[in-house]
Amino acid sequence: MTVGMSLTLDRVRLSYTDSPVIDELSLAVRPGEILVLTGPSGCGKSTVLRALAGLLLPDQGQVLADGAEVRTTSRDRGVVFQDNALLPWRSVRSNIELALRLRGVPRTGRRAQADRWIAELGLTGFGDYLPKSLSGGMRQRVQLARGLAGAPRAVMMDEPFGALDSATRAAMQALLIDTWRSHPTTIVFVTHDVDEALALGDRVAVLGRAGQPLRALIEVPEPRSGRAEPGLRAAILTALENS
Amino acid sequence: MTAVLAGAPAASVPVGAVPRRARTLRWSWLLRLASVVAALGLWQLLTVAEVRWWLRFDTLPTVDEVFTTLVRRLGTEAYWLDLAQSLIRILTGFGLAAMVGVATGVLLGRSRVAADVVGPLTELIRPIPAIALVPVAILLFPASEQGIVFITFLAAFFPILVSTRHAVRALPTLWEDSVRTLGGGRWDVLSQVVIPGILPGVFGGLSVGMGVSWICVISAEMISGRLGIGYRTWQAYTVLAYPDVFVGIITIGVLGFATSAAVETVGRRLTRWLPRSEENGR
Repeated sequence: MTVGMSLTLDRVRLSYTDSPVIDELSLAVRPGEILVLTGPSGCGKSTVLRALAGLLLPDQGQVLADGAEVRTTSRDRGVVFQDNALLPWRSVRSNIELALRLRGVPRTGRRAQADRWIAELGLTGFGDYLPKSLSGGMRQRVQLARGLAGAPRAVMMDEPFGALDSATRAAMQALLIDTWRSHPTTIVFVTHDVDEALALGDRVAVLGRAGQPLRALIEVPEPRSGRAEPGLRAAILTALENS
Repeated sequence: MTAVLAGAPAASVPVGAVPRRARTLRWSWLLRLASVVAALGLWQLLTVAEVRWWLRFDTLPTVDEVFTTLVRRLGTEAYWLDLAQSLIRILTGFGLAAMVGVATGVLLGRSRVAADVVGPLTELIRPIPAIALVPVAILLFPASEQGIVFITFLAAFFPILVSTRHAVRALPTLWEDSVRTLGGGRWDVLSQVVIPGILPGVFGGLSVGMGVSWICVISAEMISGRLGIGYRTWQAYTVLAYPDVFVGIITIGVLGFATSAAVETVGRRLTRWLPRSEENGR
C-alpha cells in the first residue's frame, strides 16, 4: 500500500468574498512527503489547507485526493489546527479516543491505543487532565496525537507550533519528524518561519500575495541535518521578498 | 521516540494559597450571615417599635410572630401539601421548558430553515409576559392545574430558548471543524460538539428560567390555584393573617433559592472544563 496520499490542486480559485484569496493555483503533493507552505501574512496558506481538508470548496478548479475530487471532509485527511482545537470538556485521553471512535476502533481497544499515543508523545501521567490544565506545548502534542490517532493518510497542519516559545517549538519539530517516521503519512505544513520550513519540509512551496501565483517550489535535500545550508535559506527568502 | 519536551501543567497551586482561600471563604460566609442577621434585627426593631415614617411598619408582624407561626405551620400537613404542589408544578413546567427550549434553541441555531419558519413566531410571542397569558391558559385548558403548569412552562421556555440559540451561534467553528476532519458526521458534531459546548449558555438560561418560573407559578396560584404556596399566601392575606403571609413569602424565597442553587450546582459540575477565576488565583 502507498504510504500517504497524493493531493493535487488543479487551477484552484478560493475565496470567502468576491475577491479570491487563491487564484489559479496548481500544486501537487507527493504521497508520504512533508510539503511546507509558506508565504506572507494573508496570502492564503490556511485557506489552501482548508481546501485540501474539504472544509472549503473551490469556486473554480479541482482539489484531488488520490485522483478523486474532494467534496467534503474525510477522516483520511486530518487537520492539526493552529489554535487550541481540542474539545475542552474531554480529557487528553478522551480527545484521542474520539479520533479512534470516529475511525471505527471498537470501544475495547480504544483506551489501550489512546494510552500508546499518550506515551509516544511524552504525555504519560496526563491522560486524565483537561486541556485547560496543560501548557501550550502539551496541548499541541495532544492535538498531534489526536490528528494522527485516526490514521489519516494525509495531515494538514496549520502553523501548529506558531504560538510556542523557540525551545518548545524546536522540540516539537523533532517530535513531529520522529512521529512521522514511525507513522508515515503525507503532511502539508503551514508556517511563516523559514527555519521551520527548512527543518521540516521535503519541499517548500512559497505562495505569493493574495490572488497571485505560486512564487517558488524548492526541493530540500536529505539529510535533514544539512539543511542550514545558506543557499536554500536565501532562495526561500528571495521568493518571499518577491511575493 | 527521542524528543523530550519541557512542559509542566499550566495550572499549578501556589504555596500558601489554600489557607488564604479558606480564610477568605470563612470571612465571606461570616459577612453573608451577618447581613441576614442585621436585616432580621432591623425588621424586629421597626415592627416592635411600630414605626410609621411614611412606611407603616406597625401593620407588619414582628420576626418572633412570624417565627412562631412558621414553627406551627411546619407541623401541619397542609403546609407540606402546598409546598409539594408548588414544587410539582414548577418542576413539571420547568422540566418541560428545559427539554423543549434546548431542543428548539439548537434547531434555531443550526438550521436556517427552522430559523425562518419558527424564529418569527418565537420573537412575536417572547415579549408577552407569561403572566399576561393566564386568561388564555384558563380558557385553553380544561383544568386550572394544567393552566398553571403551562404558564410556568412559558415563563421558563423563552429564556432557555434564547440562551441556547445564542450559545449555539457562539460556538467556535474550530471545534466543529476538528470533529469533521476526524471523520465525524452531523450526529457526531451535534453530540460531541454542540450539546456539550452550549452547556454554559444553556445553564445561564436555566438559571434565569427558574427564577421567572417561580414568579409565574406563584402569581398563577394566587389567581387560579386550589393548592400551593402562592394560593395559601394570598388566602392568608384575604383573612388578614399577616404572619402566615410572611411564612408563605419566606417559603417561596427558600424554595426559589434552593432550586436556583440546584441548577447552579448541576451547571458547575457539568461545565468543570471552563476556566474558573479561582483557578487563575483571582
